[in-house]
Amino acid sequence: MNSAPAIEAEGLVKVFGATRAVDGVDLRINAGSVYGFLGPNGAGKTTTIRMLATLLRPDGGQARVFGHDIVTAADAVRSRIALTGQFASIDDELTGAENLFMLGRLLGFSRPQARSRASDLLTAFGLAEAAGRQVKGYSGGMRRRIDIAASIVVAPDLMFLDEPTTGLDPRSRNQVWDIIKALVAEGTTVLLTTQYLDEADQLAGRIAVIDHGRVIAEGTPGELKSSIGAGALRVRLSDAESVPTASRLLTERLGAPLAVEADGVTITTRVLDPDQVAAALAELAVAGIAVREFSLGQPSLDEVFLALTGKKTEAAGAEAA
Amino acid sequence: MTEQLEAQVAEVDDTDLRKALTVRQRPPRPSAVSASLTFGWRALMKIKHVPEQLFDVTAFPVMMTLIFTFLLGGALAGSPTEYLAFVLPGILVQSVVMITMYTGMSLKTDIDKGIFDRIRTLPIWQPAPLVGGLLADGVRYTLASIVTITLGVVLGFRPGGGFMGVVLGVALLLVFAFSLSWLWTFIALLVRTPQSVMSVSMAILFPLTFISNIFVDPSTMPGWLQALVEVNPITLLVTAVRGLMHGVVTADQLGWVLLSCAVLIAVFGMLTMRRYRRT
Repeated sequence: MNSAPAIEAEGLVKVFGATRAVDGVDLRINAGSVYGFLGPNGAGKTTTIRMLATLLRPDGGQARVFGHDIVTAADAVRSRIALTGQFASIDDELTGAENLFMLGRLLGFSRPQARSRASDLLTAFGLAEAAGRQVKGYSGGMRRRIDIAASIVVAPDLMFLDEPTTGLDPRSRNQVWDIIKALVAEGTTVLLTTQYLDEADQLAGRIAVIDHGRVIAEGTPGELKSSIGAGALRVRLSDAESVPTASRLLTERLGAPLAVEADGVTITTRVLDPDQVAAALAELAVAGIAVREFSLGQPSLDEVFLALTGKKTEAAGAEAA
Repeated sequence: MTEQLEAQVAEVDDTDLRKALTVRQRPPRPSAVSASLTFGWRALMKIKHVPEQLFDVTAFPVMMTLIFTFLLGGALAGSPTEYLAFVLPGILVQSVVMITMYTGMSLKTDIDKGIFDRIRTLPIWQPAPLVGGLLADGVRYTLASIVTITLGVVLGFRPGGGFMGVVLGVALLLVFAFSLSWLWTFIALLVRTPQSVMSVSMAILFPLTFISNIFVDPSTMPGWLQALVEVNPITLLVTAVRGLMHGVVTADQLGWVLLSCAVLIAVFGMLTMRRYRRT
C-alpha cells in the first residue's frame, strides 16, 4: 500500500450551463479515515464525488486518488474505489444474489468464487433470506445494505458513500453506521456526504462544510465547533439574591454578555476561552455563592453550520454590493 | 418491549461482516469478452424474471407476416403463397430491424437508474456493458427469426437455398442488427428520456423500412424513388438475405451489406463510446 493521501484535489471546478456546481474545491484526505462532506441539497457534494469517482470530467483543477490522476489514470483510480450512489446503484430487476454475482464476475472472480463471495456477503449483511428475490421488492434499509455489499465485493481502499442514510428509519441508519465503522476498522477510507449533522459528527474524523460549490470550512468536528466559540456555560444558583454578584463576577472573568433565564436563578453566557471557566466558578465559590448545577456545552454542528452558511450569505451580499 | 422487538429483527452480523471485509485483493481484471458476456448474462436474467418482454419479438413478427401475406399477397403477386416467397425474407428483416430500437430504450432506462454509475466505476473494458447488451439482443433477434420463419414454412414458404441458406440469411441479418444497434445506443446517450429514444428511432425506422424493397419490387416505383430505394442499406440487406434464402446471392450483394455494417459500427460505435465516456 502506498502512502499517498487517499484524495488530493486542487481547484476542482464543474460547470453545468450557467451554474458553477463545483467552484474551486481543494481537498486533502488522508487514508484510513472517514471524511464527511456536509452541506445542503445542491451544494455540490455529489458533483464533487462524481468527479473523484471518475464519472464526471472536471472542467478545471485536478485531483488524485492514491496518487493517480482522476482523468489521465482513471482505470488505476477505478481499481481502488467503490461508489454507493444516492440512488441505489444496483439492478433492481435482478435478485440480490445475481447482482453480487455479476459484480464478482466483473471484478475478475471465477464463477464459483463469485457465487461463494455473493453468498458470504448476503449472510454478512443479513440478506441471506432475500438472496433469491428481485431487489425491487426490498425495503429501504435492505436496499441500502445490498448497495453497500455491492461496493465491497472486493473491499475497496476508498469508498464513496453518497448520502448513505437519507430516507432510512433510525434502526436501519444505525445498521449502516455499524457497517461504515467496520469498513474503516478494516482499513477502508470512507468519503461520505450527508445532510445530517449528527451523522457527520458521529462518523467523520474530519469534515468539509460545502456550500455553493465551495469548501467554506474544514476541520475535525471539534475544531469546527470551537471555531464559533467554545460553547455556552449555564450556571444555576441556589437563590435569586446572589444573581447580581454572580453576574458581575462571571462577566469580569469571561468577558461575554450573559442572560438570566426565566426561572430567575440560571445564568447563561457564551464562553470564548474555556480555560477561564474553572477560574470563574472558583471565584463564585470564594464569594460564597452556592452553585446548584453547571454545564459547559459545545455548540452543535447545526449551530456551526448556520453560523458558517449565514456568514457566507452575508459575504456574498457584501461582494454584490 | 421496544428492546425486545429490536432484538428480534435480523441484525447485521458483526463477525461475518468483519470476515466479509477481509477480501481486499482484486483478482486480475476480466477480459473484454468475459466482461461483455457477463453483461449479456445480466440481460438474459432480466428476460428470465420478466418473460413478458419477449412479447414484442414473438407477436410482432407473427402479426406482420400474417397481415402482409394475406392482405397484400393476392393483389401484389397473384396469391398469398407466391407473395410469401418474395416477402418473407423482407418481413423478417423488418421485424428484427424494428426490434433493434428497444436496445436504445433499455440502455437509456438503465442509465437513468443509477446502476451505470457503479458499472462505470469498475476497471473493465468500457464498451462491455453496451456490447453485452447487444449480444443478449442477438438472442431476441434469433427468437424473432425462428418464429417468423416457422410461421412462414407453415404458410407455404419454401426457400430455394434450403436450411443452410436460411441460417446464413439469419446470420447476416443478426450481424446487421448488431451494427445498426450502435445508432440507437448513440441516440440513447443524446436524448433525455427513454420515450424520446422511441420516437426518434421510429422516425428513422419507418421511412427506412418502407422506402425499400421489402414489400414490392422497386421497378414499379417512380425513378427518383427507385434511386432512393437502391441506396437504402435496408434494401441492400433484404436483397442479400433473400438471395441467401433462395440460393441466388452474389458476392457483390453480400459485400455491400458487410460494408454498411462496417460503416455503421465505425461511425456510431465511435460516437457512442465518445459520448458514453463523457456522460
